[in-house]
Amino acid sequence: MTLSLIIFLPLLGALLPPLFIRLGRTACAWSAALLAGTALAILLYHSPAVFAGETLVFTQPWLPALGLNFSLRLDGLGLLFALLILGIGLLIILYARYYLSEHDPMGRFYGMLLLFMAAMLGIVLSENLLLLLVFWELTSLSSFLLIGYWKHRSDARQGARMALAITGGGGLAMLAGILLLGHITGSYELSVVLASAELIQAHALYPVTLALILLGAFTKSAQFPFHFWLPHAMAAPTPVSAYLHSATMVKAGVFLLARLFPALSGTELWFFLVAGTGTATLLLGAYHALFKHDLKGLLAYSTVSHLGLITLLFGIGTPLAAVAGVFHIINHATFKASLFMAAGIIDHETGTRDMRRLGGLWRFMPHTATLAMVAAASMAGVPLFNGFLSKEMFFAETLHAGWMGEWSWLLPLLATLAALFSVAYSVRFIHDVFFGTGPRDITRKPHEPPRYMKVPVEVLVALCLLVGILPAWTVAPLLAAAAASTVGAELPYYSLAIWHGFNLPLLMSLIALAGGVILYLLRFRLFALHDRIFPLCDAKAWFECGLARTIAVSHQLTAWLENGSLQRYAMLLVASVLIVIGTSLWGTTLTGPVAMGTVDGVTLTGALVLGVSALATVIWHRRRLAALVLLSVVGLVVSVAFVRFSAPDLALTQLSVEMVTILLLMLALYFLPQHSPAESSTARRWRDGLLAAGAGLSVAALAWGVLTRPLETISGYFLEQSKPGGGGSNVVNVILVDFRGFDTLGEITVLAIAAFGIYALLQGLRLPSPTTDGEGRPWAEDRHPLILSAVSRPLLPLALMVSLYILLRGHNLPGGGFIAGLVTAVALILQYVASGVVWTRERLPFDYIKLTASGVLVATLTGVASWWFAHPFLTSTFEYVQLPLLGKFELASAMVFDVGVYLTVVGSTLLILANLGKLTLVSQPHEETK
Amino acid sequence: MLALAIPIAFALMSLALLLNLWRVVRGPDLPDRILALDTLYINSIALLVLFGIHLDTMIYFEVALLIAMMGFVGTVAVAKYLLRGDIIE
Repeated sequence: MTLSLIIFLPLLGALLPPLFIRLGRTACAWSAALLAGTALAILLYHSPAVFAGETLVFTQPWLPALGLNFSLRLDGLGLLFALLILGIGLLIILYARYYLSEHDPMGRFYGMLLLFMAAMLGIVLSENLLLLLVFWELTSLSSFLLIGYWKHRSDARQGARMALAITGGGGLAMLAGILLLGHITGSYELSVVLASAELIQAHALYPVTLALILLGAFTKSAQFPFHFWLPHAMAAPTPVSAYLHSATMVKAGVFLLARLFPALSGTELWFFLVAGTGTATLLLGAYHALFKHDLKGLLAYSTVSHLGLITLLFGIGTPLAAVAGVFHIINHATFKASLFMAAGIIDHETGTRDMRRLGGLWRFMPHTATLAMVAAASMAGVPLFNGFLSKEMFFAETLHAGWMGEWSWLLPLLATLAALFSVAYSVRFIHDVFFGTGPRDITRKPHEPPRYMKVPVEVLVALCLLVGILPAWTVAPLLAAAAASTVGAELPYYSLAIWHGFNLPLLMSLIALAGGVILYLLRFRLFALHDRIFPLCDAKAWFECGLARTIAVSHQLTAWLENGSLQRYAMLLVASVLIVIGTSLWGTTLTGPVAMGTVDGVTLTGALVLGVSALATVIWHRRRLAALVLLSVVGLVVSVAFVRFSAPDLALTQLSVEMVTILLLMLALYFLPQHSPAESSTARRWRDGLLAAGAGLSVAALAWGVLTRPLETISGYFLEQSKPGGGGSNVVNVILVDFRGFDTLGEITVLAIAAFGIYALLQGLRLPSPTTDGEGRPWAEDRHPLILSAVSRPLLPLALMVSLYILLRGHNLPGGGFIAGLVTAVALILQYVASGVVWTRERLPFDYIKLTASGVLVATLTGVASWWFAHPFLTSTFEYVQLPLLGKFELASAMVFDVGVYLTVVGSTLLILANLGKLTLVSQPHEETK
Repeated sequence: MLALAIPIAFALMSLALLLNLWRVVRGPDLPDRILALDTLYINSIALLVLFGIHLDTMIYFEVALLIAMMGFVGTVAVAKYLLRGDIIE
């Protein structure tokens, strides 16, 4: 249980810094540090068990049907990464307190940093692969926010977008890979997957699975050819770069390689894919790092190169190589984080990161220079520093890589070459910045940074030295625990020592050191050569160009599909329905075995009225008011038909909705042009007519087919359960407020949202209003005819009584909150029509918005109330009570829910109609031009 | 007696519906149509009540009640539209 706290503390803590910023910047940093520190303490509390070889697992079912469980796992590998994430995270929090300027919103920074931290912890502590993926995507999103922190800068936005596109795209591939992995092994739990190596590797889908998962890992870890996002992510503030690119974000990819190492590694395919990509990245990164003039650019490419090195080690696939890979993850995190922070200090104190302008800073900041030199020496792999140890192991492993056959000399050669470049750029980082001539064109005089800005660098540099000099006393237990859980078996013997005697790896190191220094001395000639060869390779331009092309194509596609014409959408929709129905009905017998009933004269008459008025509506659609009258006839006959076929509830609803719709249409018609020209060509009218006739015939055929067949419906169940289960004999209403109450709650919420949306859209709208009617006659003078007002007013109490009656009896007889609400709304609208807005508002001082909201609230609270009695949300109950005079009657909690429905319907209907009606108060009279 | 009266009443109401439809479609003017619609509402009420008597049930009564009310509001609204164009002012 406390395992999940390690993730949830930073996650919840993401909310604290934005609040604490009001107490000042230091309090804000403390709030962030406190949560990360607590999480670290919990982690340390669990660590003895892990060092003893245990794997702690915590499982909480989440969506077990999908195989998604909230299950966490703390083993050696997870512990190592969690320590790096939290430890370096704490140092970054301290560093950022002094790095960020007064203008930067600090609360937001720490909030996003903690969010990112939680997501990273989630990745390394997940036992369930789907859960891991959820956190994986969360790191993509939160790193997007962090990289784009300086949102006013376009390079930051572009870099953030690029990182999101690449890592998010890789995440999608990984999702597919993980689903395949789950398909092969039958489980998403790591314990199962890691134990099924033989099953996975023998499966026909292994190559696809491997490729997809590697795509995810390689994009995240900036492996060639996806490496280009990382240098552009350097537009982030330096604390972010130091965190994302040393210990966390980019390490997620290599973490995944290590995590799935027992399950996926050891095949030829794994070797060539992983080791091949790793080698390419190692060389490419090391080469480019030397030619970057920007300090952070150099570090970025160096990170790419070192990630390639780690990938290569995992790709070699032997247990010893995996140990070396894990060891280099630790070492790289320590020296690279300190180097980034040193680069940030230099930028902070001089105002530039361009090495061509820097130089001679030793005189101004000897302390920082010493720290940077130690870290850089570690990066170069100089003996006595931690980078040397893992690099030696790396050289030794390249000598023993399998699968290469007679080409086995190639890997050590390439490794030495990359190390040579690595020495050269490390020397450049130190010499170009702290020694030589300069600084040039610096506006301020550089000096040492604030005391506490150096503390994080000092801590990390001390670690570099301690691990480098006394490996067996410091890092050995952690490395052993992490490597053991990576390999998943007994660890082979290895020795962590500085001196292994004169051997080939040492020779390779010496060649790299000497060659690197020579390369650095030749740098100016190399720069010139590089500028001539590589001017065209701008990955960012390619990416932006590709992005722009993709967006343009999708715009075109969207414009082609979605051209804004309702007629066209309807045409496409009806045509596809026709095709689907036509193809599936083709060749089947339509008529079923059930005999036809008899038709009586009244029903036939009704059908005739319905058909004629529907056709006439279509034919006269340009004579708007006449069409509206015919539409009313259609609505009326449909309601009567519902009654005829025993659905009085539907009839009541249909009638009320019909009336509200007609009112709405008339309100809208007033503002529309009074004459509508014929816009469709004859051919088009024929086409539409044929389509409509076809669709009508298809639906008729379907109805015919259904009605002539014996039908098993679910209504029997509801009819039986209505009274015992819901306490009401009106099945329709019991379904609405009880059995499917949750649906209804959702629907009234949508209704309320729609009403608020219409209200918001109508705010400040000014429409021209016509001065004459359709035939050019002026409007009548009398706004509110006396007879109309006199007749309408007594109708209101009568209508309210009817609606109350319909509301109360709804549970047992036709009616309910929805119908009652519409009846009330229509009765009130009648007062608007008869007596005007001003008169009605004076007597009806409700706020319709509050009325609507209170309806939704009442319905929701009814649902919540059932929690009080330890029942699931919206469980209803009913009781029969005996009252004097009234006799025995039933009280159901669903009735309160129905009152909520009633209030929402009244509120939202009035909100829409009354506000549409009010439009004319502000509109300008306007002469329509013919 | 009722057994004879109800079929006759049904036949007459159906005829009335058809005549209403005729007026709605033919017009010639909008007020004619609105009047025809209003009469159609009233005839439907009659039809529903008749249906209730025929099946000896009260269950259709509310629908008839609601048609009476809604029909009135609808007719008022269309008439107001003819007069002023703006039904809520």
